[in-house]
Amino acid sequence: MRESALQEQYRQQQKRRKYRVHFLRLFLFILFLALWEISARTGLIDSFIFSSPSQIAETCISLTLEEGLFVHIGVTLYETLASFLLVLVFGVGAAVVLWLFPGAARVCEPYLVILNSLPKSALAPLLIVWLGANTTTIIVSGMSVAIFGSIMNLYTGFSEIDKDKLTLIYTLGGTKRHALFKVVLPGSIPLILSVLKVNIGLCLVGVIIGEFIGARQGLGFLIIYASQVFKMPWLISSIVILCVIAVILYFLLNLLERWYTRKR
Amino acid sequence: MNQPLLELQNLSLSYHTMEGEVAALSDISFSVREGEFAAVVGPSGCGKSTILNLISGLLPIEKGEIFFRGEKLSKDSPLNIGYMLQKDHLFEWRTVYKNIILGLEIRRQMTPENLARADALIDQYGLSSFRDARPSQLSGGMRQRAALIRTMVLDPDLMLLDEPFSALDYQTRLSVADDIGTILRSAGKTAILVTHDISEAVSMADRVIVLSSRPARIRTIIPISLSLGNTPRTPMTSRNAPDFKTYFNLIWKELHADA
Repeated sequence: MRESALQEQYRQQQKRRKYRVHFLRLFLFILFLALWEISARTGLIDSFIFSSPSQIAETCISLTLEEGLFVHIGVTLYETLASFLLVLVFGVGAAVVLWLFPGAARVCEPYLVILNSLPKSALAPLLIVWLGANTTTIIVSGMSVAIFGSIMNLYTGFSEIDKDKLTLIYTLGGTKRHALFKVVLPGSIPLILSVLKVNIGLCLVGVIIGEFIGARQGLGFLIIYASQVFKMPWLISSIVILCVIAVILYFLLNLLERWYTRKR
Repeated sequence: MNQPLLELQNLSLSYHTMEGEVAALSDISFSVREGEFAAVVGPSGCGKSTILNLISGLLPIEKGEIFFRGEKLSKDSPLNIGYMLQKDHLFEWRTVYKNIILGLEIRRQMTPENLARADALIDQYGLSSFRDARPSQLSGGMRQRAALIRTMVLDPDLMLLDEPFSALDYQTRLSVADDIGTILRSAGKTAILVTHDISEAVSMADRVIVLSSRPARIRTIIPISLSLGNTPRTPMTSRNAPDFKTYFNLIWKELHADA
């Protein structure tokens, strides 16, 4: 089918808009780097404290060669993904149990609210004492940030499933188990995906907190160590790498979500 | 043959809330013969749907009895009932076909014969080209058809229709009611339709049971026999019958008797 001239014009206009946004995003990034580099070189800012993009690049290379940067990245990544998956399993599991036993859910609700609003960084020192300064502690620390909110969000989502859809299952001769597996869980996949997208960032926060106080490896350890011995390029490099990790993990989950929406 | 398929005897039910007891049904008795199409009309909120919930076992019976083919209904012998709700509740995460066999899946009756019947029904009711489509790709009328097939696949002894057309716009509603009514009649299904729409009840039913406002009691039961001549009875032809209006007015008066 041939498109009218106006349609063609509209399409071009939309495309131009899209390119402009992409271009400006990239431009802003390069401008930021350039200003940072120039300010550091001309002495406008103290490069000892603020470092500079070129210094960060050099530091990354030397960290990789001399300090095993990839081991630190690997450790942080492993701990984050482990806590993320455990939150998924326990979060969905707990929400299902609460859905199956609404009485229990009503009893537990205030405790969940309290645990969720508690600043989880306060728990980290306690976890170190209880579980020791090891990987388990850091994974639990990562979980602690995301788990309670996940349970509450998922349980709320499960209970908001249209009651008539459950009635339909019962009229077809189904039980509560059928209602769970045929309606509640498949109907909640979009919700679960959006909870996952929030969780990945939260788990990273919890893991870094854990590494701050009880680790010998990982980016959190690198950051705290660098600040103690005043190696600012180390510190800022680690933060930049964390930034990249966070973006990549979020991007992967976005891909998963898009794949699911397209499949439907 | 004299024995009715379904018989309700002196059903009463109250809802209990913290504010107090609300009587919903009071002394409801009626029976439905095999192959008959009965309609229950009443003011909105009078407890019409409650009757269907009691028959289907979704609600426990508080007072009174229900007999099916002469046998008393109990928790252990649930009826094979097809239930159509206001909305079609097709699941968007399943294809049309997967939605249709949902009941078979739940009852673990995915036998070759049953699946073949599902296929036959899909063909018969013109959904074969939408078999692998998502429900959102169907029109409102097609969706109700798919929902109907979902229950028909289970070969129910009794169809319960709980205002199944009220979520549709008026035009669609007329044609879907015609469609579903014709399908159920030609399949020889016994059905109970609950509605607040008098003309829908008259156009579809053999007998109209008129309820009072809450607590619902039976005001009257009106057998419908329209003079259609040689034209076969469908909801649409019924609407054009000369005595359609008479029945409409009769039921209207009964519904508004105490107002």
